Amino acid sequence: MSWLTEHLLSWIVFLPLIGAGLVLLIGRQNKAALRYTALGCSLLVFVVSLPLWFGFDETTAAMQFVELADWVPGLGISYHVGIDGISLLLVLLTTFMTPLTLLSTFSAVDKHLKEFMVVMLMLETGMLGAFMSLDLFLFYIFWEAMLIPMCFIIGIWGGPRRVYAAVKFFLYTLVGSLLMLVAILTMYFLQQQASGIPTFDMQTLMSTPVPGQMQMWLFLAFALSFAIKVPMFPFHTWLPDAHVEAPTAGSVILAAILLKLGTYGFIRFAMPFFPESSGLFTTLFASLAVIGIIYGALVAMVQKDIKKLVAYSSVSHLGYVMLGLFALTVQGVSGGIYQMLGHGLSTGGLFLIVGMLYERRHTRMIADFGGLAKQVPVFTTIFMIVTLSSIGLPGLNGFVGEILVLVGTFTSDSMNHAKAFTALAATGMVLGAVYMLWMFRRVMFGPLEREENKTIKDLGARELAVMIPILIFIVWMGVYPRPFLKKMDVSVAAFVERVKVTRAASAQMAAETGQSRDARSEQ
Amino acid sequence: MNFELYAILPVLILVVWGCALLLLEAVSRDMARAVAGPGTLAAALVSGIGCICLWANPPGAQFGGMLLLDRFSLFFYALFALILAMTVLISGAYLRREESRHSEYYALLSFTVTGAMLMAGAGDMLVLFLGIELLSIPLYILAGFQRRKPESTEAALKYFLLGAFATGFLLYGIALVYGATGQLGLRAIADHLITNGITSEEPILMIGLIFLVVAFGFKVSVVPFHMWTPDVYQGAPTSITAFMAAAPKAAGLAVVLRVFVTAFPTEQEFVSAMVMVLAVLTMTVGNVLALVQDNIKRMLAYSSIAHVGYLLVAVVASNELGMRSILFYSVVYALMNIGAFGLVIMLGKKGESDLEMSSYAGVGFRFPLIGLAMTVFMFSLAGIPPTGGFFGKFYIFSAAVKAGYIPLAIIGVLNSALSLYFYLRVVVYTYMREPDSQDSVADTLTLSPGLITAVIIACLGTLYLGLQPGGLLGLTGEAIRALVS
Repeated sequence: MSWLTEHLLSWIVFLPLIGAGLVLLIGRQNKAALRYTALGCSLLVFVVSLPLWFGFDETTAAMQFVELADWVPGLGISYHVGIDGISLLLVLLTTFMTPLTLLSTFSAVDKHLKEFMVVMLMLETGMLGAFMSLDLFLFYIFWEAMLIPMCFIIGIWGGPRRVYAAVKFFLYTLVGSLLMLVAILTMYFLQQQASGIPTFDMQTLMSTPVPGQMQMWLFLAFALSFAIKVPMFPFHTWLPDAHVEAPTAGSVILAAILLKLGTYGFIRFAMPFFPESSGLFTTLFASLAVIGIIYGALVAMVQKDIKKLVAYSSVSHLGYVMLGLFALTVQGVSGGIYQMLGHGLSTGGLFLIVGMLYERRHTRMIADFGGLAKQVPVFTTIFMIVTLSSIGLPGLNGFVGEILVLVGTFTSDSMNHAKAFTALAATGMVLGAVYMLWMFRRVMFGPLEREENKTIKDLGARELAVMIPILIFIVWMGVYPRPFLKKMDVSVAAFVERVKVTRAASAQMAAETGQSRDARSEQ
Repeated sequence: MNFELYAILPVLILVVWGCALLLLEAVSRDMARAVAGPGTLAAALVSGIGCICLWANPPGAQFGGMLLLDRFSLFFYALFALILAMTVLISGAYLRREESRHSEYYALLSFTVTGAMLMAGAGDMLVLFLGIELLSIPLYILAGFQRRKPESTEAALKYFLLGAFATGFLLYGIALVYGATGQLGLRAIADHLITNGITSEEPILMIGLIFLVVAFGFKVSVVPFHMWTPDVYQGAPTSITAFMAAAPKAAGLAVVLRVFVTAFPTEQEFVSAMVMVLAVLTMTVGNVLALVQDNIKRMLAYSSIAHVGYLLVAVVASNELGMRSILFYSVVYALMNIGAFGLVIMLGKKGESDLEMSSYAGVGFRFPLIGLAMTVFMFSLAGIPPTGGFFGKFYIFSAAVKAGYIPLAIIGVLNSALSLYFYLRVVVYTYMREPDSQDSVADTLTLSPGLITAVIIACLGTLYLGLQPGGLLGLTGEAIRALVS
């Protein structure tokens, strides 16, 4: 088994790609085989990824399951993958959500089925690779290559304005990431100047001496790229378009995993690479995060389309993540990561539910529904739980993340006006309850007036199989968050420590040079 | 004057073959037509193999320094042989469809490649001039090869007039440089400049240099000397367009590197400053105009202008990495570009009246493999990983960053984002739009074993260079070492 255990991460990354190859070999007409091969492959990936959870050493912040091989040695590019407590959870989120998403498409996708399964599996490879890369170049490849399948998913299987949404999604993300590429190259050459050895290795580049002004620009280039992906206000405009036009599976993957790559980028790259600059911009990013929380909620409130409502709620929820990260306390950062997982499950779940509604009625307008609760009790219960999880009801997963973020922000000593930001962010929780419950009431309760709604069917076995695993985790992560937090604790502490210590050191250095300058001027 | 004939074998074989083919045509037209394609392919392969054999032990300066047969030249010779072979492969089916199967076509192709080879290996301004003319004149004819088609004739005439104009600039530039230094050999010019301390502050030399840049600018279609490009690319036979986008550009850049590195090593800053403006203009104008094109050949023409702009960014950087990236990019560009034009041939109808992008609607699902190949080429042209086009751009921009031209690199990457829009449009049509009417896609593809082989080679090559660029990168390093030593 050593061939498996020694290259565990590589297997996880490339198994979906192998699966895509298998799907290619199956005949176009054999739809059942196409579906089950893709599903089986993604399930296999999930099973193979489980040893990561059980074999993970919680006592160290070092990268684990590391694999390192030369790729383009002349330029210092290597194939270097590994995970710590933060990426572990995101990798598992990816391997967990992909099979569920694929299962949900069994009835929804019929046109060009073979191509659909292929791009979905390619997308999984891209996402997993980006979460595991420890080489900046490798990361960049996965980060950009993943845009291609997503663009196809939106553009081929999407709604009426799908082409517009797909192109907008691609261009927005690409502009940001190309500027990041220039920043990566700048760091690479600065490092090469300093040490004489060319390398894209993340851990080596982290110690690159970057002159002050330059550091600010590099941080902004990285931050822009990730902020577009998150998406932070005011770079969020691609998101509602992409979500509304994407097919259900695309929306689920986009919300549950792709957006997390943006926040993950901040934790993994932007903040630890440039601690001082990220400190300088804390107020800016906290403000944008809070604006995102409130703005997203307010816009969600006036939506007529359920899917668009959920899309704007993502903007709001990811505002919490960003706020927690920039608070730079252990609670804040853990809360941010927990919120990433929680949002992945609850918003992913909501998109699945919207998809199920759409399959039944071919509409997503709130006004077209009403009174479904009498007709479909099981569906109502599940929808209710997911809605409450998204609102952040205590006892469900959303609460844990949000409360940790709020506590972490409140006690933050590296953020100015932290208490004011906390207070404003807390109003987002109230607003969240308003729009979600309002939507839920109008869709599910009230009189069952429309004829079309009276014949609606409750969830089938396959749909239950999609939703129940998500529900289990929603409840588990709400009631007993300890195992999840324990996985990330040490990594989060190390992250906070590193950023704070570097900031303090540079502040001290600045103070010293300031003193010596004062002393000189006195003379 | 001692020289070995084997040293110029890669060039010689093509000249001899071209002449033989013309003679054969005079004797037996049928036989000439039958052997023209396969024979040219074989000549290209022999020439390429010759380059590989010479690589280990390059002959160096020959004919009293007139030809520099170092690894830099050999690299380009092999590239030209590859381009020739690929062009021959995509030409057969096209010529048959358009009913212009004349063996002269192949003879002219062989001559024009000879010209490109002379350019890359030129050690003397006169050989350089001969090379450029030998490259250009057969191309004028080839552009107008479908003489009954008005667009083709127009293309040839335009190309000829503007090309002749550029030749004038070139000769004037050479004359002025000669006036300033009294030398024509590239190395002799450099020696003279250094020993006598002549710089571009000397007006004659300055004007001479500017004229040279203008002349090369015409040949590789740098903005603002690009006016001929879209019309010529659109009007010329598609197989020739594919060739024109690849070979003359690579030859032009080889000459730019050779002349400015070998003959004017002291004028680097002056040239860089000039080329920087041209690079920004070329990238931006090329991409912006490509945005609004509906005809695929025209779009690819503007895109080829933009790609020259990226290459000029590396010229501006003028460090070792920059020169290597030019070589690397030339290879990748040749592959993806010939591949894309190959697909245009495959999907076209006789007379090529249907080259609007909208006629590609739904192609991706009707012909899955063609759709896939088209996607690879378009994303590679746009510079999206994991394709060779991405690595090529990555090297170019890293050279610019390394040389400290960060704003230039930023302009470059933003242009690259802009370009995605129109490459993506092709993909959007192939996969995301339903065909308007049944006959919008060619019902029968233009296929031949050669065409299919060429597209497969181009596609696999593009992907291979995106995943394993190390090997080619090493070769470019050796080639550049020969240039700068």
